[in-house]
Amino acid sequence: MENKTLKDNIKEGFVASLPIVIGYFPIAIAFGLMAKNISLTIWDTSLLSILVYAGASQFMALELILAGVSPLNIVIATFLLNIRHMMMTASLSVEFENIPRKSLPIIGFGITDETFSVISFNKDKINLPYVSIICLLSYLSWVAGTVIGYGVGEILPESLQTSLSIGLYAMFAALLFPEFKNSNKTLLIALIAAAIYIIIYYTNILNSGWDIIAAIVLSSWIGVLVFAKNEEVRN
Amino acid sequence: MTSYFPLILGMALATYLPRVLPLMTLSNKNLSNKTRVFLQFIPYTSLSILIVRGILTSDIKLPALAGILTAGLLSYWKGNAILSVFGGILVSYLILSWI
Repeated sequence: MENKTLKDNIKEGFVASLPIVIGYFPIAIAFGLMAKNISLTIWDTSLLSILVYAGASQFMALELILAGVSPLNIVIATFLLNIRHMMMTASLSVEFENIPRKSLPIIGFGITDETFSVISFNKDKINLPYVSIICLLSYLSWVAGTVIGYGVGEILPESLQTSLSIGLYAMFAALLFPEFKNSNKTLLIALIAAAIYIIIYYTNILNSGWDIIAAIVLSSWIGVLVFAKNEEVRN
Repeated sequence: MTSYFPLILGMALATYLPRVLPLMTLSNKNLSNKTRVFLQFIPYTSLSILIVRGILTSDIKLPALAGILTAGLLSYWKGNAILSVFGGILVSYLILSWI
C-alpha cells in the first residue's frame, strides 16, 4: 500500500477532473444560451443545471418544452434517458468499497457519463477525496457555464460552439482507446457494443433511452458468455 | 415560483434515483463472479456506445468522427488525455471550416 496524503488525493482528483471541467464549460454555455433563446428565466435555467445536472436530459427538455410536450412526459423521457446511469452506478458500486456509505447519496448525485468514465478507468485511485473533487469540480463547471452562457453566450462564434460540442465524445475516446493496450478483450467487447448499438439505431426497434440500455446489457452479457471463465477483467 | 418548477423537480428525481439507488443497494460481497464480470464490462460497452451514438446523432457526422478518432488515437499513442481532446476538437474545427 502506498501512503498518499489527503493533499495527494485531492491533487489527483483535480488533474483527473480537468478534461471534464474543460469539456463541460462550453457545452453548459450552449445550454444556457439555448434556454435563454426559448425564453426560460435565468432562475429556471440555473435550477435545471443545479438540481437536474444531466446534460443530455436538459437539452432534450428544452426541445420538448419548445414542442409543447407535457411536463409528465418530459419527466418520463428524462427517466428513460437516465436509466443508463443505473448500469454505471451498479458498476461503480463494486469499486466503491472504501467510500463511506453515508457519503454515497451525495457522490451518487455527481455521477455522470463523464465522471463515471474518469473514475472507472482510474480504479486504483478511488477514495473519497479523489472522487469528491472530480464530482464537485465537474458540477461547478456545469453550473457556472450555464449561468455564463445565459448571460453572455452569444459572444462564442457558431463554428467554435459546434466543434466544442464533440469535446465530451473526444474525451470518451481519449479514455477508452488506451484501455485497449491492456487487453484484447476490451477492444473486442467495445467493438461488439458498437455493432449492437448501430444495429439497434438503424433498425429503429427501440426508442431513445432504451436503445442505450439494451445495447449496454446485451454487449456486456455477451462479454460474460465469451470471456467469463471465472476470471476478472482487470486485476 | 415559475410554472417550470414542478417539471424541474420531477426531472431532478428522475435523474437522481437511477444514479444513487444501485450505489446504495449493491455491494461487492453478495455478487456472483459472473455478475461482477458483467459489471466490469460496463465501462467499456457504455463508453463505446456513447461514442457511436454521439457520432450517429451529430449534425456534423464526418468532422465529429474525425475529431473523436483523432482524440482516441492521440491518447492511445501519447497518453495525454487533455491534449488529445484539444487535438480532436481542433481537427473537427478545421474540417468544419473547410467544408
